[in-house]
Amino acid sequence: MKTVLKRIYVGLIFLFLYAPMFTLIVFSFNQSKSRARWGGFTFKWYIKLFSNEEVLAAFTNTMMLALLSALIATVIGTIAALAINKMKKADKSIIMGVTNIPMLNAEIVTGISLMLLFLYFKVRFGFMTILLSHITFNIPYVILSVMPRIKQLNSSTYEAALDLGANPLYAFYKVVLPDIMPGIISGFLMAFTMSLDDFIITHFTKGPGVDTLSTKIYAQVKKGVNPEMYALSTIIFISVLILLILINLLPQKMGKKKTEK
Amino acid sequence: MKSNRIRLLAGPYLAWAIAFIIIPLVMVFYYGLTDKNGMFTFDNVLAIARPEHIKSLWIALLLALISTIICILLAYPLAMILVNMKGNSDKFIVLIFILPMWMNFLLRTMAWQTLLENDGVINSILKFMHLPTLTLINTPYAIIFGMIYNFLPFMVLPLYNVLKKIDPNVINAARDLGANSVQTFLHITLPLSVPGIISGITMVFVPSLTTFVVSDLLGGSKILLIGNVIEQEFTSNSNWHLGSGLSIVLMIFIVISMIVTAIFDKDGEGNAL
Repeated sequence: MKTVLKRIYVGLIFLFLYAPMFTLIVFSFNQSKSRARWGGFTFKWYIKLFSNEEVLAAFTNTMMLALLSALIATVIGTIAALAINKMKKADKSIIMGVTNIPMLNAEIVTGISLMLLFLYFKVRFGFMTILLSHITFNIPYVILSVMPRIKQLNSSTYEAALDLGANPLYAFYKVVLPDIMPGIISGFLMAFTMSLDDFIITHFTKGPGVDTLSTKIYAQVKKGVNPEMYALSTIIFISVLILLILINLLPQKMGKKKTEK
Repeated sequence: MKSNRIRLLAGPYLAWAIAFIIIPLVMVFYYGLTDKNGMFTFDNVLAIARPEHIKSLWIALLLALISTIICILLAYPLAMILVNMKGNSDKFIVLIFILPMWMNFLLRTMAWQTLLENDGVINSILKFMHLPTLTLINTPYAIIFGMIYNFLPFMVLPLYNVLKKIDPNVINAARDLGANSVQTFLHITLPLSVPGIISGITMVFVPSLTTFVVSDLLGGSKILLIGNVIEQEFTSNSNWHLGSGLSIVLMIFIVISMIVTAIFDKDGEGNAL
C-alpha cells in the first residue's frame, strides 16, 4: 500500500515535470498553428527552423560562446585554484568570498552590473561583451570544482618527482595535472552548460544584432505563437536526454566522482 | 620562495575578479547613489517607496515565498522516496528529476505558456469535457506555476544530497529505541536535513524573487515584479540610475538570504554543487 502511494507520488511529479515538454514535442509536429487543434502530422516546422538563418546564427554564437568561455574560464580558474590553495587563510577567505559573489548574487544584478561597466567604459556591446561576461560567471564554477581535487593532492609525490630530477613544469604535467584532471573536466563541463543555458546575463550584455539561442527564443516567444520554437525545444530536449544517458552509461571509468553535480 | 611564486599565479584571476566582479558592483552603487548630473543622492534607492515600486516588490516577495514553500512541500517527500530507493537505478532516477534543469530556461517557461493560455492545452481539454474554461495566463497563479516548474529541481537536489548522507543506523537506532516513524522524522531526519532545506530555499527564493522572465512570459505585461521594473529601467527606459538604485534594494534581500544560509549551513553541507 505504502509503496503504491510512493509510486503514485513520484509518478505525479514526473508528470508535472515532463507533461509540458511532451506537449511541446507533440505540437512541433502539428500541421495547424493552433494549440487547440491537431491539424495533421508535419515536419514543416523543422524544415522552417533549419532554413531560418537568424536561428542558425544564434546557434553558432551560442556554441562559440559556450566553448570559448568554458575554455578560458577553465585555464584561468585552474591556475587560480592552484595559487589560492597556497595562500594564507585570511587571503584565501577573501578571494573565495569574491569568487562566490557571481554564484550567490541574483543574475539580474550581475547582468546589470556588467552592463554598467561596459556602458561606463564605452565598450561596444556585441559578441565580445557577452564572452567577457560568460567567462566571469564561469570561473567560479571551475575554481569550486578544481579546489577539492587540489586539497586531496599528496604533495610528496610532486616533491618526489622533483627529487628524481624532474623540473617543476615537467613534474606538474606528469604528477599534479593527472590527479586534478577530473576536477578540471567537470569544471569545464559545468562552465559549458552554464554558458549554454544563460539568458539573463546575456540579455543585459548583448548588443543589437548579436543573439544567442536564449535571447532569440525570448524575442520569438514575446512575439507570440511560433511552432518553430517547439521544433527547437524538441531538438534540444532529445540532445540533452541522449547526452545524459551517455554520461550515465559510461561513468565510473572517468575518475569516480564527477564532483557531485 | 616556491609557494610565493605559485601564489603569483593568482594574478590573472585577481585582475579579472577586480575588473569584472568588484568594479561592476561598485558601478551599481555609483549609479544607484547619483543622479544624471553625477550628484550624490538617495532618491534612486528611496524610489522603492513609490506605490508602483513597493507594489512590485511586495508581489515579488509574496510569489517567491509561496513558490518556495510549495517547492519544499513537493520536493521533500520526493527526495525521501528517491533516497530510499534500492539498487543502482536510483542514480538514473535522480537524473530524471533534474534533467529539466538542463533544458533551456526560456523553452521551459514557453511550455507553460502553451499549457495555460486561454486557447491553450488545459482549456482545450476542459472544453472537450464540456467544463467551463479558466483564465490562467496573465494571473499570479501562472507565475507561481512557472516558478515552481523552473526551480523545483534546485530544491530536490540539495535535499537529496543531504538526506543521502544521513547514516541509516541513526534512524534504525531511533526506531529500536521505540520512536515511531513520525517521531523519527521529526527528531532525526528533519533536523539533520536543515542544511539542505536552507540551501534549497536560497536556490529557489533568490531566483524567484529576482526573475523577470517568468513574469514577462506568463504574467503578460499586467503583473510587474521588481525584476521587471529593474529590467525595464535598463532596457526600455534607459534610466540606469533608478534601475541601479532599485537593484541596491534588491541586493539587501539577497544579502539577508545569504546570511541566513551562512548561519544554518556552516560547512556547506547542503551545497548542490
